[in-house]
Amino acid sequence: MPMRPAYSEESPFKIHGGCGLMGICDESGVRFSGEVAIQAMAVQHDRGNGLGGGFAGYGIYPEFPDHFAFHMMYHDLRAKDEAEAMFDQYFLVDLAEPMPTRMVAGINDPPLLWRYFLRPYPHKLEESEVSAEDYVVRVVMTVNSSVDGAFVASSGKNMGAFKGVGYPEEIGHYFMLEEYEGHTWVGHNRFPTNTPGWWGGAHPFTLLDWSIVHNGEISSYGINSRYLEQFGYRCSLGTDTEVAAYLFDLLLRRHKLPLELACKALASPLWADIDRMPANERDVMRSLRAVYGPGMLNGPFAIVLGFNGGMVALNDRIKLRPLVAAKSGSLVIVASEESAIRAICPDPDALWAPKAGEPVVARVRGMDWPIHGDLHATPGEVSCAVTGTEASCDTAEVS
Amino acid sequence: MPTTYIQPEFRVRIDYDKCHKCGRCVQQCGWGVYSFNERPIPDDAKCKACHRCVTFCPAHCISIEKSPLAYRDNDNWSPSLRKAVWRQAETGGVLLTGMGNDKPYLRIFDHLVLDACQVTNPSIDPLREPMELRTFLGRKPDSVAVEADADGGWRLADGGGMENNVELEAPIVFAPMSYGSVSLNVHKSMAMAASRLGILMNTGEGGLHADLYPYADNIIVQCASGRFGVTPEYLNRGAAIEIKVGQGAKPGIGGHLPGEKIDNEVSRTRMIPQGTDALSPAPHHDIYSIEDLRQLIYALKEASGYKPVGVKIAAVHNVAAIASGIVRAGADYIYLDGFRGGTGAAPTIIRDHIGIPVEIAIAVVDQRLREEGIRNQASIVAAGSIRSSADMAKAIALGADVVAIGTATLMALGCHLCQQCHTGCCSWGITTQKPELTRRVDPEWGAERLVNLVHAWSHELQEILGALGVNAVESLRGSRERLRSIGLDEQTCRVLGVKPAGL
Repeated sequence: MPMRPAYSEESPFKIHGGCGLMGICDESGVRFSGEVAIQAMAVQHDRGNGLGGGFAGYGIYPEFPDHFAFHMMYHDLRAKDEAEAMFDQYFLVDLAEPMPTRMVAGINDPPLLWRYFLRPYPHKLEESEVSAEDYVVRVVMTVNSSVDGAFVASSGKNMGAFKGVGYPEEIGHYFMLEEYEGHTWVGHNRFPTNTPGWWGGAHPFTLLDWSIVHNGEISSYGINSRYLEQFGYRCSLGTDTEVAAYLFDLLLRRHKLPLELACKALASPLWADIDRMPANERDVMRSLRAVYGPGMLNGPFAIVLGFNGGMVALNDRIKLRPLVAAKSGSLVIVASEESAIRAICPDPDALWAPKAGEPVVARVRGMDWPIHGDLHATPGEVSCAVTGTEASCDTAEVS
Repeated sequence: MPTTYIQPEFRVRIDYDKCHKCGRCVQQCGWGVYSFNERPIPDDAKCKACHRCVTFCPAHCISIEKSPLAYRDNDNWSPSLRKAVWRQAETGGVLLTGMGNDKPYLRIFDHLVLDACQVTNPSIDPLREPMELRTFLGRKPDSVAVEADADGGWRLADGGGMENNVELEAPIVFAPMSYGSVSLNVHKSMAMAASRLGILMNTGEGGLHADLYPYADNIIVQCASGRFGVTPEYLNRGAAIEIKVGQGAKPGIGGHLPGEKIDNEVSRTRMIPQGTDALSPAPHHDIYSIEDLRQLIYALKEASGYKPVGVKIAAVHNVAAIASGIVRAGADYIYLDGFRGGTGAAPTIIRDHIGIPVEIAIAVVDQRLREEGIRNQASIVAAGSIRSSADMAKAIALGADVVAIGTATLMALGCHLCQQCHTGCCSWGITTQKPELTRRVDPEWGAERLVNLVHAWSHELQEILGALGVNAVESLRGSRERLRSIGLDEQTCRVLGVKPAGL
C-alpha cells in the first residue's frame, strides 16, 4: 500500500465521487461518546463504497488540552523513526503511543498508526520567530514532504482525525471511538469513483484544528483550483474537499472574512435576491460575488467544517445535495439523511432542511470562534500540510 | 488591351421568364451592377456577392454564382495570389480589404469541445432554474474587507469593496466600430440595443454623435491614436473609456477613413474638415513606452472621475507580457483582438498575415496574469471572431470575462460578408455614409435585431452552463477543465492549458 502516492500521474484527473456526512455539536460543551457519531454514519452506510471513512472529534483529549495532538500514519518503522527524530528536534514529546485500535472485519492493511502530544521547545519557538501555530504547520509540512512514508492526519489541540480505507462504522470501531468523548464530532463516508485507496486520502482533511468533510461534486472545480493557485495553494489531490479546505483558509484566515460572509461567498445568493437586499447588505454581496466569483463553489455539495469551538454546515446555492439539520436541547446535528439524525436523536426539538446556501452554525459556548490562533502560513505551506502529496510539498518552502 | 486581366469573380444570373422587370435590383445594388434596358442587365465585374438584390427581388429570379473560370492547378499560386499580382501591376498600390482574415488558418475554437454533467454531478435546467450571466467589467480588489454595522450585520469597510465597475447583464459587448466607418444608424441601433440589453456598445475611434448622448450609460468611448472627437465632455459621456492601441485585423498600423465617407455629420463628430481623409497614426504619438501608457490611463481617469479605462490591443506574439504591463500600468480591462477580427479597411497583406488567434491570446494572458497574481486587477475582453455562443462559451472557459462581437453585430443588421467595407458603397447601408444607403438600416429595426441576437446567444450560453452543471457564468470563466481539444497538437494544448479529449 503506498503511503504517500505520487499523484503527478493522477492529478490531472479530477476525482469524482459522492458521499455521506454528519456533524454533531453540543453547544453547552458537554462531551459525549464517539459511538454517537459512528451510529449516525452507520445508517448512511450505502452512501459510501468502503473506500474511505473517517471522523474528527473535538474536546477528546482533556488531559492534554494545550498540547498539539499529532495523529500519524506510517508506512514502515523507518518512516516512524525519521518522523520521531524530527519531533524530538522541535518538540517536547510528553506522550508517544500507538493509536488504540482493535481488529475489525473489513479493515485491511492499515498503516502504522501513532499519536503524540507535543509542545514546541520554548527556546526553539523563540528562535524561530514565528507563532506556535506556524511552528507546528512547518513541522507538519516538513514531515509530509521530507519523510517518505509518513503522513500527519491531524495536528490540532484537543482534537484528532481518525480516518482510513473502509466504511465509516468499521473505521470508527477500528479506532475505538466509543472510548473517546468530545463536544463536537464530524463524520464522513466516501464513495469515490476513482481513488488510489490511500488512508491519508480519506476524509476529514485537517489543518491544525480545522477539519472538513464534504459530499459533492464541484462543477466549478477547474476555476476554483486555478483561483487558489493564484494565491499559491497547490490543488494536487484533485478532490473537491481539498479545494473547499483551501477556500475556507483563504477567506477566513487570510482575508479575515466573518464566517457567515465566507459561506455567502462560497454558496452565493442569486442576483435576483441580492438585488432586493437592503443597501448595505447588497453592496457587501455584490463585492463578494464579483471578487470571489472564481472561488464560488458551483455544483452540488454539502460541507461540514469542524473546529475547536463548533462547526458549520453549508449547502450549495441551489441545494443539489442533501443536508438535514436538527436541534435538540443544546445539541445541533447535521447529516446527509434524516435517518442519521433519528438514529441518534429520535425526537429532536426541531428538524429542518437548511435552505440553499444558508449555513447551519453550532458554537460551543465560551470557546473561540474559528480562528487558527496566530497562524501566518503561506498557501503553499498550507497545501503541503493538508495533503502531504509530493506535488504540493515540492514547491512549498520548508524552513 | 483590356483594362484589367482580372476576370469577374461572380456571375449574376437572372431568370427573365420570372423577372417582373420592376427594376428593384437596379435600385438596391450599391455597386452599380445593373443597368436597365427593358429588363435589368447585370455587369458581372461589379458584383460583390452581397446578395442585396437577391434578397429584395420580389420574383426570386436572381442567383449569384461563382465564376466557373478555371485556373491551371497550382497549389503554390492560388487564384487570389495571381489576381493580387495583376492588380498591383495595374495600380502600384497597397491592396485594401474589409472584414476579418479569411484565410484557412487553423480555427482553434473548432477544435475545442465543452463538457457536460453525467451522474456524479447533475446538469441544471435553465428553463426551470436561475442561470446567471451578470458580469462586471473592471478592476476587482484582491479581497473584500468588511466591518460590523450597528444592526449586527456587516458593511463594506472604507475602500474594502468593488468600485468603478460596469455591470453587464450578459458577458457580451458590441465591438468598437467607428461612426464614419459605419453609419450613424448603425451606431444608433447598437446604442439602443445595448441600453435595452444592459450591455455596452463601443464608439470606436470616430467620436460620439450627439444623437447618442442619451445612451451614455451603455457606451464605451474610445480614445485612439487619431483622437477623433476626444474632448473632456466626450470622456465623461461613456460608462468606460478605451484606449485603442491595436486592432486584430491590422496590428501595428493605423487607420484610414477615406474622405468620401467624411460628410458634414462625421466631420462634426470627428472634429476634422469635411472631405479630408481621417488618418489615425500607427502608434499613439504620446505613447512610445509602457510608462507613457500609464500616464494616458491616469490622465483619462483623472479627466473622467475615475471611470474604468481599458486598453485594446491586437493579439501578437508577446501578448502575455504586453498585457501584464498594461494591467500594471493601471488598465481596468484589456481588450484582446485576435487576428480574425474585422475591420472597415485594412491592407490585405496585413490583415491576412499579422497577429495570432484570439484563443491563444486569451489563454496566455489569463495564465500570465494569474501567475503574477494580478488577474483580478483587470477584466479580459476577447474579440477577433466570436462567431457563435459556442465560441463565446469557449472563450470564457479559456479565461475571458466578456466577448466583443463586431462582425456578428453587422451581420445581424444585414451584412453578408462581402468584404467591401472600405469602398463606402455598402448595399446594406452599414459601412457607408451615402444617405440613400444608410437609410436602409432603421435604428429601431436594427436595435430589435441586435437585441434578438444577444438574447439568442445568452439563452444558448445558459443552456451550455446548465449542461455543465453550473448556474453562474463566473463558474465557467477560466475553467479550462471543462474544455477538451480534438486534433490539436500537444504544444498548442499546453499553451491553451487544455487537455486532449480522453484525458
